[in-house]
Amino acid sequence: MNSLIRIFAVLRKEFLQLSRDRLTFGMIVGIPLLQLLMFGYAINTDVRNLTAAYADEANTHLSRQFISDIAASQVINLSQRVDTVQDLNRLMDAGVIAIGISVPEDFDRRVIARDRSAVQLLVDGTDPIILGVAQQLTALPIAFDSQTAAAPLRLIGVRNYYNPERRSAVNIVPGLVGVILTMTMVMFTAVAIVREKERGNMELLINTPIKTPELMLGKIIPYILIGLIQLVIILTMGRYFFEVPIRGSYAHVLAASLVFIAANLALGLLLSTVTKTQFQAMQMTFFFFLPSILLSGFMFPFDGMPVIAQNIAEVLPLTHFNRLIRGIILRGADITSMWNEMLAMIAFLAVTLTLAIARFSKRLD
Amino acid sequence: MNLDPIAISATGLTRKFGSLIAVNNVDLEIPAGTIYGFLGPNGSGKSTTIRMLCGLLTPSAGAAMVLGMDSVRQSERLKQEIGYMTQRFALFEDLTVRENLQFISAVYALPRARRRSRVNQLLQEFNLMNQTGQRAGTLSGGQKQRLALAAATLHEPKILFLDEPTSAVDPQNRRDFWEKLFEMAQQGTTILVSTHYMDEAARCHRLAILDLGIKVADGSPKELGENIAYNVIEVVADNPNSARLSLAQNKSFTSITQLGVRLRVLIPKEIPDALEQVQLNLRQSQVSAQTEPVFPDLEDIFMAVTEERRRAEAA
Repeated sequence: MNSLIRIFAVLRKEFLQLSRDRLTFGMIVGIPLLQLLMFGYAINTDVRNLTAAYADEANTHLSRQFISDIAASQVINLSQRVDTVQDLNRLMDAGVIAIGISVPEDFDRRVIARDRSAVQLLVDGTDPIILGVAQQLTALPIAFDSQTAAAPLRLIGVRNYYNPERRSAVNIVPGLVGVILTMTMVMFTAVAIVREKERGNMELLINTPIKTPELMLGKIIPYILIGLIQLVIILTMGRYFFEVPIRGSYAHVLAASLVFIAANLALGLLLSTVTKTQFQAMQMTFFFFLPSILLSGFMFPFDGMPVIAQNIAEVLPLTHFNRLIRGIILRGADITSMWNEMLAMIAFLAVTLTLAIARFSKRLD
Repeated sequence: MNLDPIAISATGLTRKFGSLIAVNNVDLEIPAGTIYGFLGPNGSGKSTTIRMLCGLLTPSAGAAMVLGMDSVRQSERLKQEIGYMTQRFALFEDLTVRENLQFISAVYALPRARRRSRVNQLLQEFNLMNQTGQRAGTLSGGQKQRLALAAATLHEPKILFLDEPTSAVDPQNRRDFWEKLFEMAQQGTTILVSTHYMDEAARCHRLAILDLGIKVADGSPKELGENIAYNVIEVVADNPNSARLSLAQNKSFTSITQLGVRLRVLIPKEIPDALEQVQLNLRQSQVSAQTEPVFPDLEDIFMAVTEERRRAEAA
């Protein structure tokens, strides 16, 4: 009974303070809105309009036909024509173009003979995504009309599940749910507690009969609600701005998100017990945030990473949440078919919360 | 009701921070219902001692019993019985005066009806009725201090710890504050207050003088004055500067403190004719002045006990 009175007192205080802190309140709504709009539109792995130049040394009917076919594909943007391969090299060194197309003098003869490649693509391989795009161009057929029938049959056909239009937003939006929640949840709780240390409130609080779990619960619950508000903002915007459908059940989305939010809040609490200033708390948040973004499968496919990186990623709650939320939202997966991901997040939550409560001391030494 | 006449007792209380000894082997015995002062300069260990007695810091050595409870092992039970007003304003600046008190009343889990009446009672008692809806951060120094004291006494603690409570307050507010403390002591609350103001320390029933973590003296202000090993001669001169220069030549005079036109001279008691010595010194330098032996005030006592300690250390 007394515990409930105290938890409720902390809750009420947190809500009053939140409602008066315009900046934090703005961040709660502003961060998901801005980041979703920014990343939803900006992150696009389906690349178009790469800057390119070409050197058509053959300058025949067929070569001109070929160049205009490539231009029509819209994958590249042929910005200029130069005379020789050397010119293309120069432009690429200067960073002006990402792709160069070199059509040799004997282009027609090579097309007819079909003994070696008729055209050379010069690709800026420093960005693997550009290299992938160049691969698409190689599939373009080149032939005199009489030869079209001889175009080789493709041995492997691709069928695109869940995202037939190849829109990046479909992958990015569910991923952003986890990324945004990680950033805001860890930071808000860590800062909310460290701020009270900095302002001296904590010295007063620890001298009252309030117990550590009561204080922590009172601090966590408001942020769980905030996390849910952010979740609704992101998914609603994803649905109406980026047309990302929610194929699975809302209850499963909610269940996965609740556990994920709680795991991040527990981590925020733990960070607050090892830091003394708000600045340190921010630094620690980013120390955790960066590997979360890079290793969780949000940016790069998990399977491509070396084993050691995969092992690190398995610890991070974002990795598991990404699999869950993408599964539920995009594939309509059932949460029970992915119970081990839930279990991993619950384990993370249990360990960090226990550590946080053990480390939080009602003493100053 | 706690019938034990001793509210706080400590033996060999010591606290180290790395190589620094903040509090060194302090013994205390504080009777219930008194106002007990800790007098000492900054860094003398006043706050650290208070924090150990509250159970916020674990002593490196020694132990303290507060209301018959061990300050370390029974610190959680103790917290319901003591009030602590921190040196720095520790209430929530973005909550209003009333919200702050409501929060504290709930944290101490007072019964619901009691909470409301107690908050209203304190608002009235501490003259904060016109500020109930004002954010604590916008209060004046005196108002903040009254709010902090109201919060610390809300659950009617048996012992009140006040860490330099009047450092940001004007003289009128300080007087009102002390009247409040006397009232509470009258009703049986034990109050432990730290200060570096001599006039405040003089109001305490008993006090301990701390210097560099060591308790150098304790007792009532009167006892302390009687027990020092020095006589105090007050000199009133037309030209106090030349009087001071003249007196400084006599190395047996321990210290000379100037207060406007008055000088206070501390002379060890083993010099029997202190007054004559001073008069002789002034006559030789042809400085006209009135001289008079006086009862030591707290500043003299403070000078005397810290001086004794320095001598003991040098020896």
